[in-house]
Amino acid sequence: MKKSFADLMEIRKRTLNQVNLRVDNDGGTRVVVGMATCGIAAGARPVLKAFSEEVTKRELKDVTVTQTGCIGMCRLEPIVEITVPGQEKVTYVHMTPEKAARVVAEHIVNKQPVKEYTIGAAE
Amino acid sequence: MKIYRSHVLVCGGTGCTSSGSKQIQEELEKNLKKYGLEDEVQVVQTGCFGLCAIGPIVVVYPEGSYYGHVKPEDVEEIVSEHLLKGRIVTRLLADEHVGDEVKPLDEVDFYKKQKRVALRNCGVINPENIDEYIALDGYTALHKVLTEMTPQEVIDTIKASGLRGRGGGGFPTGLKWQFAHNAAGDKKYVCCNADEGDPGAFMDRSVLEGDPHSVIEAMAIAAYAIGADEGYIYVRAEYPIAVERLKIAIAQAKEYGLLGEDIFGTGFNFDLGIRLGAGAFVCGEETALMTSIEGNRGEPRPRPPFPANKGLFAKPTILNNVETYANITAIINNGPEWFASMGTERSKGTKVFALGGKIQNTGLVEIPMGTTLREIVEEIGGGVPNGKKFKAAQTGGPSGGCIPAEHLDVPIDYDNLIEIGSMMGSGGLIVMDEDTCMVDIAKFFLEFTVDESCGKCTPCRIGTRRMLEILTKITKGQATMDDLDKLEELCEHLHSNSLCALGQTAPNPVISTLRYFRDEYIAHIVDKRCPAGVCKDLLQYTIDADKCKGCTLCARKCPVGAISGTVKNPHVIDQSKCIKCGACMDNCKFGAISKK
Ligand SMILES: Cc1cc2nc3c(=O)[nH]c(=O)nc-3n(C[C@H](O)[C@H](O)[C@H](O)COP(=O)(O)O)c2cc1C
Repeated sequence: MKKSFADLMEIRKRTLNQVNLRVDNDGGTRVVVGMATCGIAAGARPVLKAFSEEVTKRELKDVTVTQTGCIGMCRLEPIVEITVPGQEKVTYVHMTPEKAARVVAEHIVNKQPVKEYTIGAAE
Repeated sequence: MKIYRSHVLVCGGTGCTSSGSKQIQEELEKNLKKYGLEDEVQVVQTGCFGLCAIGPIVVVYPEGSYYGHVKPEDVEEIVSEHLLKGRIVTRLLADEHVGDEVKPLDEVDFYKKQKRVALRNCGVINPENIDEYIALDGYTALHKVLTEMTPQEVIDTIKASGLRGRGGGGFPTGLKWQFAHNAAGDKKYVCCNADEGDPGAFMDRSVLEGDPHSVIEAMAIAAYAIGADEGYIYVRAEYPIAVERLKIAIAQAKEYGLLGEDIFGTGFNFDLGIRLGAGAFVCGEETALMTSIEGNRGEPRPRPPFPANKGLFAKPTILNNVETYANITAIINNGPEWFASMGTERSKGTKVFALGGKIQNTGLVEIPMGTTLREIVEEIGGGVPNGKKFKAAQTGGPSGGCIPAEHLDVPIDYDNLIEIGSMMGSGGLIVMDEDTCMVDIAKFFLEFTVDESCGKCTPCRIGTRRMLEILTKITKGQATMDDLDKLEELCEHLHSNSLCALGQTAPNPVISTLRYFRDEYIAHIVDKRCPAGVCKDLLQYTIDADKCKGCTLCARKCPVGAISGTVKNPHVIDQSKCIKCGACMDNCKFGAISKK
């Protein structure tokens, strides 16, 4: 079908989030989910999915959701580390998909870490 | 649209495809299913990443892990370790990445000094998906041009950018467009030169394979600028992947109404077709190319008239190279000042080179004009392998010349290269080490031009043949200094009397090697000696009787039975039987055999 310029911009918006993942994202926010055996067993996979869905839904740019191996505190899994530019890295523990949605809204969008989910609160 | 958390990019360029990247892609898809990741991880076939030496290449994002030499049996490990558990498979990482911490791609030596403009989307997008091109600003330049700019403004923008043709000659692109714009005519054409005939060059192929829409969009812009409504891409049939992706891209652009009639509702029409060349070098020459598109035998014709006035089907036509076009949308989108801020005084922007020959990282690199040859060879290219010394670099293919070590620090641009006796050419860059004989190299290129001369004009048809004969005599040790004079005289004749640039530039490899390596020619002629030890007729393998232990290995390895001797006694080579294959020397454990 023939596309207008507005249609192109629509395609652009839709596809950009996907392609952006491949462009080096220096200085953006990074969400790193621990995905070693311990993390996966504790439910890291749905957490990771929840993060990527939330980020896509809100069309957040400069946010990459990625994974890493075992962080070393297996009893606290699923663990998620979030680095917002200009702020200290925040480590969240015992994450769930529901918690993920709240972290995206408050921490990534509004730059206010959700204190009660962090490692400091759990210890 | 599905959400993917990770993308696995598999190189689908010609190099990686021939080393099995298709199979890797299939394996990936199979294993993602097996591990239940098919909804989370997307496999994307892309164009060339550039580091062809370590293909097939697989890159995993968002980490940017760069895997090289990937084999189908490695795929399951990548999926089960990296994609499932987030553990990077370090043993497969390209050399420089080794360690847990993965370096971002742009910090690796190979990419650090590069600046990707023409190749900006290669290895990033899926070339068979127009949406991904659109996501990275695709077709916004065409929209801008059609809705906000007059044709003259487009031409002025290209002029201001300082862009010069990347096909070899370096003619200012804006000026070329201006001529065609000014030419009177109700019908005009826009053509793209994707013939890429230089041996060893594959820049244009990689652009077409990795980012075909960037060329299509630029051709539409050019058509608007000169007032054309029809275009042709002339691409050699030996580039099947490029042709296939172009076909897909043109079909997708037509479907979206980005080619065809009334584009963006502005009343501008542009239709684009592909014409396949049979791989004759001369068909890259502009008038021969157009003659070939017209359906005739690809032979050049005298200029003037220039194509801008009388080109394809005798109508005003512009012809630009693939890489030239690949720069256009970036110039429109980012502004001519941005483009002109890169490069040197008279050569703006970047240039793509196909690195080949005696160099560690063979592959494709794009560097700002003004980068030195040393930076390309030593830093980006990783240097000459096996501890050998750099001797010269050849640029410009059969029309170019050799640049010796003394000019390694010359900033590369159009004018500097001409000054040191070579030329930019389309971007082939062949590195030669100390084991290369410069007379032999000149002979190689003359063999090429003898084969490729179309025969229409006498200076080129006969002249290249006579030159080759003299070069052959020299490499056989049968030439005299008189022959050398004749050779130089022929160079002069071909240069000034040939019909097209094929013949005019055919002597360049000889002229430049004579300029820098005349002593090597003289060694062949006077001393009957090949200093690099390449020309077989001037070589002799001999066995040092003191070092020879009489192990008989060389005699057993010699394919023609030229070596005789008894156990524990020194052996000898019968020079009349020896075919100079070097097998004896390669096998001798005592270093008793030498060649001179
Ligand atoms: C023998 C010969 C072969 C050529 N081969 C090519 C080629 O393969 N690709 C190319 O772009 N230009 C080639 N050229 C240069 C073209 O004639 C022409 O100058 C060029 O396509 C113009 O495009 P540009 O201004 O964008 O560089 C060749 C020229 C000669 C004389």
